[in-house]
Amino acid sequence: MRLSMLATAFVFAFATNAIAAEVAVTQKGRKFSEKKIELSVGSSIKFINDDDVTHNIHSTTKGYAFDVGAQKPGQTIVHTFGKAGKVKIRCAIHPKMKIKVTVK
Amino acid sequence: MGTPLWTTEAAAKTRGEWKTEYVRPGEVPFPEENPYTTEKVNLGHKLFFDPRLSGSDYISCATCHNPSFSWGDGLPTGFGHKMTKLGRRTPTVLNSAWGELMMWDGRFESLEEQALGPMGAEAEMNQELGGIVEELRAIPGYRTLFNVTFPGEGISIANIAKAIATYERTIVSGIAPFDRWVAGDETSISTAAKRGFDIFNNKANCVSCHSSWNFTDSGFHDIGLPDDDIGRGGVVKNMVKMQHAFKTPTLRNVVQRAPYMHDGSLGTLKEVIDHYSEGFTKRESLSDEMKPLNLNDDEKADLLAFLLTLEGADPVVAAPVLPANDQVPGAWLQRLSPAAGGQAETAECRTARLHLRRCK
Repeated sequence: MRLSMLATAFVFAFATNAIAAEVAVTQKGRKFSEKKIELSVGSSIKFINDDDVTHNIHSTTKGYAFDVGAQKPGQTIVHTFGKAGKVKIRCAIHPKMKIKVTVK
Repeated sequence: MGTPLWTTEAAAKTRGEWKTEYVRPGEVPFPEENPYTTEKVNLGHKLFFDPRLSGSDYISCATCHNPSFSWGDGLPTGFGHKMTKLGRRTPTVLNSAWGELMMWDGRFESLEEQALGPMGAEAEMNQELGGIVEELRAIPGYRTLFNVTFPGEGISIANIAKAIATYERTIVSGIAPFDRWVAGDETSISTAAKRGFDIFNNKANCVSCHSSWNFTDSGFHDIGLPDDDIGRGGVVKNMVKMQHAFKTPTLRNVVQRAPYMHDGSLGTLKEVIDHYSEGFTKRESLSDEMKPLNLNDDEKADLLAFLLTLEGADPVVAAPVLPANDQVPGAWLQRLSPAAGGQAETAECRTARLHLRRCK
């Protein structure tokens, strides 16, 4: 019985890791390289500030709000999405930079 | 050390390449949540000019966003309820269809939110928002207009906002000499203005914030004005760079909107150019883009000549005829008009009712 439960846990963990992914998004020219992203729960977006100015990554979507503060040129920030839903992400400095993320 | 994934070096663009970045868009964007209809524009036009949307019944949206002053008020800072002096200059609503995050500090996500903000603000229009629905329902013409515009919904706060926002999205700057030049007419602007365009995009780097056809990135930057207003820092509290940061305004028709800056502290475009050239306050929050330009007088004159080419031939804006307050005692409504009770009525019936005659 214990062996069976461990096996189940292992399969579940393996399956979770198998579908989790990391998507890279660049910010050069005050533009996110993606406008819409679909992710599975547990996946991440790696925001790479390859621009020459400071940016920001935040969301005010209810239940998914986060804010990483200032992201200077050259900095990389990874944000993981822990539950399903639709999340709008913006740069607070350059609000035309925005992404719609669908987490399934 | 490997090869960097990116580089901040970019080859200098030619004048022709820069011009391609300023081509006017072909159409006005309307959001999926609030698509364009002619009825919404007509209703929003009336609401925008109607002072009954304020608590005092004497301030309309157009009182401050006056089309005669390029949708501003020509004052250093605005005046609100009971002539309360407001803290910031009235921003234009010109080309706001292309905007992101409204107000100088970006505290509203959309034009729909923005439309209600000043209306409900005690210092501005001082209108109790719950009460405005009842006030408009008491005006027969508005009942009809809302029923036609929003079938099955009628008058609500959300629909007031949708109509005003839709009207505001139709306020678009007209074709300017600059646009004709971008389209290929070399005679439409002067040689000095063309040099000014080069300075705008290169030495002065104004384009880093005043970008694209609307001359704004819709972003927030501290440009070193020495007042105490923290601007977007009051909304975004975890970033030093947002202290004293304000939304980049459009430069379309900018000559019509003196005085300038969020505090109206600079009276002329020459003063604005002097500020950017060498006059700004240096502090931690200052935008990375703000660097002393040390422009000489010839360069400043060229830059000014360029800015003057952004004045468009905007359409004349007619003040709308507003729906009249109800003239008929409630008890008489059923006798005079079959349209009583919020149902649509014909123009003939409305005229008859307002003259205390029966509708056939």
